This record gives sequence, C-alpha cells and structure tokens, in this order.
Amino acid sequence: MRYSALAILKNALRGNRDWRPAWRMPDPKPHYDVIIVGGGGHGLATAYYLAKEFGIRNVAVIEKGYLGSGNVGRNTTIIRSNYLLPGNNPFYEFSLKLWEGLEQDFNFNAMVSQRGVLNLYHSDAQRDAYTRRGNAMRLHGVDAELLDRAAVREMVPFLDYENARFPVMGGLLQRRGGTVRHDGVAWGYGRGADSLGVDIIQHCEVTGIRRENGRVTGVDTTRGFIGCSKLGLAAAGNSSRVAEMAGLKLPIESHVLQAFVSEGLKPFIDGVVTYGAGHFYISQSDKGGLVFGGDIDGYNSYAQRGNLATVEHVAEAGKAMIPALSRIRVLRSWGGIMDMSMDGSPIIDRTDLDNLYLNAGWCYGGFKATPASGYCFAHLLAHNAPHPTATAFRLDRFARGLMIDERGAGAQPNLH
Amino acid sequence: MASLVSCPHCGLRPKEEFTIKGAALHRPASDAPSDVWLDHVYLRDNPRGEYEEYWHHTAGCRRWLVVSRNTATHETGMVRDAAAALKAETTA
Repeated sequence: MRYSALAILKNALRGNRDWRPAWRMPDPKPHYDVIIVGGGGHGLATAYYLAKEFGIRNVAVIEKGYLGSGNVGRNTTIIRSNYLLPGNNPFYEFSLKLWEGLEQDFNFNAMVSQRGVLNLYHSDAQRDAYTRRGNAMRLHGVDAELLDRAAVREMVPFLDYENARFPVMGGLLQRRGGTVRHDGVAWGYGRGADSLGVDIIQHCEVTGIRRENGRVTGVDTTRGFIGCSKLGLAAAGNSSRVAEMAGLKLPIESHVLQAFVSEGLKPFIDGVVTYGAGHFYISQSDKGGLVFGGDIDGYNSYAQRGNLATVEHVAEAGKAMIPALSRIRVLRSWGGIMDMSMDGSPIIDRTDLDNLYLNAGWCYGGFKATPASGYCFAHLLAHNAPHPTATAFRLDRFARGLMIDERGAGAQPNLH
Repeated sequence: MASLVSCPHCGLRPKEEFTIKGAALHRPASDAPSDVWLDHVYLRDNPRGEYEEYWHHTAGCRRWLVVSRNTATHETGMVRDAAAALKAETTA
C-alpha cells in the first residue's frame, strides 16, 4: 500500500484497522537466485535495488536477528560526501544524491534532513588541509564552503572559540550533508524490497556456506538449508565470521564504537558539527536529544558495548568543543560492531569463489554509504562488474599496494 | 572488560594502564614469501570469542604481555609476559 497524507486520513476515519504490515514474514523457499546475508541497511538496500533497478526479484535477505538490529539501528545518523580521495568522493556523492531522492523513491519517511555538516579547524595547517579537501570535493562537483571564524560564530555561537590550545578558526561546510532517521532507512528499504517480491527471512542465522566444484550452492541456516545461484555477504561487523564459512580470511578487525544520546533539550544545535582537535561529532535529533560520538574504544569486540574510559574520553572532547555540554545528562549509550578494514575504506568486490560476493569493511562510516553501497553491490551482483563509482573498493588492493588512504595516516594496518 | 588486570610483573592493575595492540600474531621470518607477509600484515582471523592479544603495560612495567581475552564478553583470562612466552615456545 502507498503511504500518503490521504492514506493517513482515510485510515484514521476507518479506525486504523486497514494498515497492512510493512513487510511479510515468509518461510524461506528452497532456492533463490540471490541470497544476501545480513538484514541491515546495506543488505536491505542491495535487495531493494536488485529488485527495483536490476529486475532481479527472486532474492532473499537472511538476518540472524530482527531487521535492522545491527549497526543501521545504532549509528549517529550523519550523511555527507566530504571525502578527499578520488577513489571515495564520487561514491559518497552518488550516495548523497540517492539520499536526496530516497523518500520519494521508496515511499517512506526517513526524515532526510540536509541541515549541513560543519567540520571545525583549529590551526593554519588544518585550515590548509580542509581547503584541499574542499577543493577536491568541488573538483568532483560536490558542494563545499570554507567558513572563517566569524561565519562559524554566526552559525554555531556556543563553541569554545577562545580555547587557548585549540581556538576555533573556521570550518569546512557541506550544506547538503545532514542527518537521516536510521531506523526509517532500514524500514523503508525493507518494506520496499518486500513489496517488490524480496523475501526477508529474520531470526535465521547462517551457520555454513556449502560449496561444490568451486562454487557456492547455498547456505546452511538455523532454519535449514537454502540454495542460491549467487551469494552476497553484507554482514558488517560479522563479516569475518561468515566469510570464514567459505574459507576466506578478510583484512578486517571487528571493533566496538560507542554512541550516545542526551536528555531532550530545546533546539540549539541546528546542523552537524564535528571537532577538529579530537574525534567528536554531534547533532540534535527532532526529539531534542543530542546524538554524539567519538573514537572507537581500540580493541577487537563483538559485545556491542564499550568501556567507561571511552565514555569519559568522548565526553571530554565534546566538552572541549561545546562547554555547555558539561551540564547535560547522558540518557543512553550503546555500541556497535565496526568492520574495520586495513586502510579504513570499504570492500565491494567479487571473491575467489565465482558466485560469492563481498560487501564489507565500512569501519565507522557505513551509514552514509547505505544507498550507494546497496546500489553498487546490486550492480556487481547483477552484472559481475563494479559500478563506476566503486571500482577502487577491491579486496585485493592490499596485495597490490592500492590502499585508499583517506585518513592520510599512511598505508598501515593497526590503523585503528 | 575486567577493571583490574593481573600483570605478571606488577600485580593487579587498572586496565587503563594498558594499551591494547591487537592480535598476538607470530612474526614471519624477514625472508618469508610475500603471501606470508601479506597474511601477517593485512589478514585477520578476527574471532568472536577467546583469542590472544598483545597488550603493552604502558603506565606500569612497560613490558609486552600476551593476554587471553574473549571478544564477545570482554572477560580477560591468562596474562603472560610476551618475551617469556616466545622464549618458552622456541626452546620447547
């Protein structure tokens, strides 16, 4: 059924008895053309675009928990395309353009809010680095503005401008960046895929990948064996565990990233602001809570929770940027499992097994990539060739010396 | 994670005194083939469950330690001195 203002009115007048479930709960069929492992943002987006753009509808998304229970439900909701390197920038801009049309496309309110993303800088050298980044963005046709201190002060008056060690000198602004309601993304893509014939099989964990003559024949699951012609892995933090079932060892470590939300406050942070003298980012949700986060904890973890030392560390960075945060109460904290790749950039590629495809390595930046990741992975599954914006996301780039070193820290693992 | 970690040299110390490096991998010989080095530098088992890590007692004895830790529960198990463990393995 189509959601619309008229539908709300009609159903309200009928006592709201006629709303249909947003997606079915089908039993798995014996065989699908494509099985996607992972019912998160990327997996559901992949299924949606396979059905909608590439005409492949005999698809199942297999999710071990409930739809959207992983990182798509745990992130700080930021979208942006302010990337530096040519291997990254076009991809994230493709994603941002998909965000801009998404709600109309999948007929669901995902609260796409292009409220702006402002990256603060605190030194001449950092200003130069952000100038370079802004110019790189503009060379790719992406919007970027460099604001001086006065312009930033007009936008965000409550920052610690006079901080002796790290004064706020200005910022790089991408006005088209912003936030999106993360659960809405999972639900929108799930509902959209389901309505196009994709089976979303929840509470079904993949326990093995069956192979014959160098090809995948299907997956063993907690609900039995399900055959497939093509298998796509989109399991984020659990990628290594699933890939191991196919005999693959990945350039990935799973790390915990914590995120926080404060008590509800009157609106005072209008856009997304990120700190340049520490790893900290913050926005304010429509419910009034401040949504913020910072560094990963720094150790391998599948626990979906982190340590108090990191909570303190993030709070310190936040308070250094916005002194007023010192009096705000944190309501809730949680963690996710980040699939940290060895150069900080993602993998969307085929594997040594002819019909096994991998989408992983999103580190802590996967949410903004959701539409493009889904589209490009669907493209790869459908055509056996990478989408033009994703050609650099190769699994073998580490062997070939072609790491995408966005962070500028050098080609080193132990990056995190 | 355990708040207190039992360093073999310093006794029970707060976990914030330690820096976690990552998986305790065996370093290949310098002349090992490139695929062995590729595996060592870039590929990881990344297990969910108990595995061994290198920890540095940065704010204590500054020795490298091998710590057994469960990545799903964060419980820490046996802690041994890394150099001593390596010596015991090579002379075994």
